[in-house]
Amino acid sequence: MNDVERTDVLVIGSGFGGAIPAYHLAAGGARVVVLERGPWLDTAEYEHDFKLGSSYTRIFDFTVGDGMSVLGGNCVGGGSVVYFAAMPRAPRFVFERRGSVKRRMWPAAISRDTLEPWYDRVAESISITQQGWEDVSYAGGLWAAACRHSGRSANPVPAAVDTSACVNCNWMMAGCRFDAKQSLLVNYLPAAIAHGAEVRPLHEVQSITRTPDGGYRVHYKIVHGEDYRLTEGEGRIEAKVVVLAAGAAATPVILQRSERELGAMPYAVGRYFSGNGERLNTAVLNEDRVREVLGLERGDGLAYAANQIGKGPTVANWDRLDGSLPEYTRYSLEQLYFPPGLGTILALADGPEPTWFGPAKKEMLERWQSWLIIFQMIEDDNEGVFGPPPERGNADRVSQQMLGVGRLSYKPTATTQAAWAMADAECKEILERDGLATVTPWTNDLVGAYTVHPLASCRIGDDPYTSALDDRHELRGHPGIFVTDGSAVPGALTVNPAMTISALAERAVPAIVAAARERGVEVEYGAPAPDGSTAGRRAAAPLAAALLRG
Amino acid sequence: MASSPEETKVETLEALADTIVPGPRRGPRDRAVAGVSRTGGAVAAGALDLLRWDATGVSGSLDDYARSLNEHAGGYAAEHGIAVDEDTPAFVALPYDDRAALVRQLTAPGHPEKALWVLLVLFCYMAYDSAAHLHTADAIRAGHPGLTAMGITRPDDDGLWRFPSWSYGRPLADPHPDTTASGSPR
Ligand SMILES: Cc1cc2nc3c(=O)[nH]c(=O)nc-3n(C[C@H](O)[C@H](O)[C@H](O)COP(=O)(O)OP(=O)(O)OC[C@H]3O[C@@H](n4cnc5c(N)ncnc54)[C@H](O)[C@@H]3O)c2cc1C
Repeated sequence: MNDVERTDVLVIGSGFGGAIPAYHLAAGGARVVVLERGPWLDTAEYEHDFKLGSSYTRIFDFTVGDGMSVLGGNCVGGGSVVYFAAMPRAPRFVFERRGSVKRRMWPAAISRDTLEPWYDRVAESISITQQGWEDVSYAGGLWAAACRHSGRSANPVPAAVDTSACVNCNWMMAGCRFDAKQSLLVNYLPAAIAHGAEVRPLHEVQSITRTPDGGYRVHYKIVHGEDYRLTEGEGRIEAKVVVLAAGAAATPVILQRSERELGAMPYAVGRYFSGNGERLNTAVLNEDRVREVLGLERGDGLAYAANQIGKGPTVANWDRLDGSLPEYTRYSLEQLYFPPGLGTILALADGPEPTWFGPAKKEMLERWQSWLIIFQMIEDDNEGVFGPPPERGNADRVSQQMLGVGRLSYKPTATTQAAWAMADAECKEILERDGLATVTPWTNDLVGAYTVHPLASCRIGDDPYTSALDDRHELRGHPGIFVTDGSAVPGALTVNPAMTISALAERAVPAIVAAARERGVEVEYGAPAPDGSTAGRRAAAPLAAALLRG
Repeated sequence: MASSPEETKVETLEALADTIVPGPRRGPRDRAVAGVSRTGGAVAAGALDLLRWDATGVSGSLDDYARSLNEHAGGYAAEHGIAVDEDTPAFVALPYDDRAALVRQLTAPGHPEKALWVLLVLFCYMAYDSAAHLHTADAIRAGHPGLTAMGITRPDDDGLWRFPSWSYGRPLADPHPDTTASGSPR
């Protein structure tokens, strides 16, 4: 029993929140092991295929909850492998939000200004392109033109995509076959591995217990490589410091399951979940009106009919990202692509009784190439709560891959619903003008609301009653456990979250290094960007020094 | 003529799939397909093949699903005074609009079995919109009714999609005046 494996730092999850600390700690000299529940795929394994069992279902996770379903990555690289790579920074007012707790939700130490150097560190590490109009897909161009036609602005969205390698196949959710997407597999993770970090796929962490010397023991199960419903053994690793980054739909579940052995968890563990206020609308375009009203032509006789073409979101409307507007009335409207399989069932066919199935829906599907999907990110009310954990992982797995039933319950408040209604009305206003399109929202009745941006289920803050972590991301009452993924973000951001999750993870590293040093680990803070660039490190140095001191 | 338990199950599940994405009758004796649409629907798309595949997680429960659906349909028929032929599975015996009304009930928020029915109809639907039981390129080549109706283009010879033209290629709106140097909102 005394041959338990030991490491300095154990990282749970290999998405943004896991890969970033793993890199810095390994580069600083710590022994780092990363446990990831999903498989590890090479570029050549990313398939353009909707068949169950292809990369699309191997690396993807769809957890159905009560009132909210969550989509996310399930592989080495986490969400960065399946995501759409839009990487905007969050607007200034977001950090001043009060939300459901009626006082500032973010820690006093964090504002857009104080986070800026950490955003810069991420921008130096993950190659982000400021897309030009020549990069913008037909769908993005159409959205821009419709926004302009209704007197609005529209922005090409900064994206972690190498546009020179991108073929606009819109298969981003199955992993990028062309190495155009700048996932964590091309920056932080290989750099972490080069510094000795070990990444172990198909290792699903179940719980954490304490060791007599104040460290932690992390218990995992080995997941079958093809049928994720099955496990093939289990093990444990002891570590001095644990970095928990399993994503906002999984991190609180691991902590809840650990509560019996670890002792009471902060109240906010598994509460205050936000879906980043996400909601989708489908516009079915009238091709003639697109030509006549907006003057758009593809050059091959078609005006649009290009739903299938592109690289996820390329253009967003940010007119309502205005700090002088009241909370819950600020949102962005972003053009998006969602593939069949998950992306069409929830679309509602217009009519006296909008419906997701039947003859009317079938007719709507026949016009699929003329669809334009608009993605709203409103300010929600952090209304998600996790029930008691399932037997394993964060869901009872139903299908061999991808589909499971979790314990998240989300009952949107009147405030959230009003914000959605307002954004729905604006989408309609923009796209139904002059007969351009028919717009309907996705139904929330089937699998509840739907998010690819889970946040806030184990959040940072200054108030111990409404935040699980202090402003250095350490779990209250459990020193040496840090949470650095989307669950640490206090609330909805009104823009895509990966850039902010990453900046917070960068910012959390100095305190993790300090905690490791206190526990006798010889580790230094101060690694450059994964490619060796140092400008970001220099700019963040004064802030890092303060965080190292605590 | 009374059908075997296996036939009853297949007809019932086909009738369900046909309710989700309807198609044309396959012949004069086809009772499962209601025939409210002229082009191939979920049944022609291979819904039964997908449901029977154990990767879905529903394949082991199809007997129970069919039995339960017919019980619900029997209750629905009684409640609405619809006379159903004893020899026909109750769900199959319902006209299309009543099948659809029952599906709406079973998948509505608050129905105690909602999660189970949503799962089943999800796969019925996916057989049509993404042919999740087939390699996508093969399905398109074979004229899969859903992928074809949606107009999904053929991939290149290596099975990968590439679009050489993707952009109108010109400015189509003014960016927000407060955009920062990094291209983000202020
Ligand atoms: C289709 C899609 C498109 C998206 N597009 C964008 C976009 O354009 N821009 C943007 O900003 N964001 C986007 N997102 C969201 C973005 O991917 C997430 O916000 C981000 O990945 C969250 O980072 P994270 O570190 O919190 O968790 P993740 O990246 O989800 O990483 C968590 C990792 O932990 C693993 N894990 C979970 N449980 C366990 C366990 N018990 N043991 C071990 N490992 C575990 C998971 O498999 C996963 O790899 C998108 C998401 C999806 C699904």
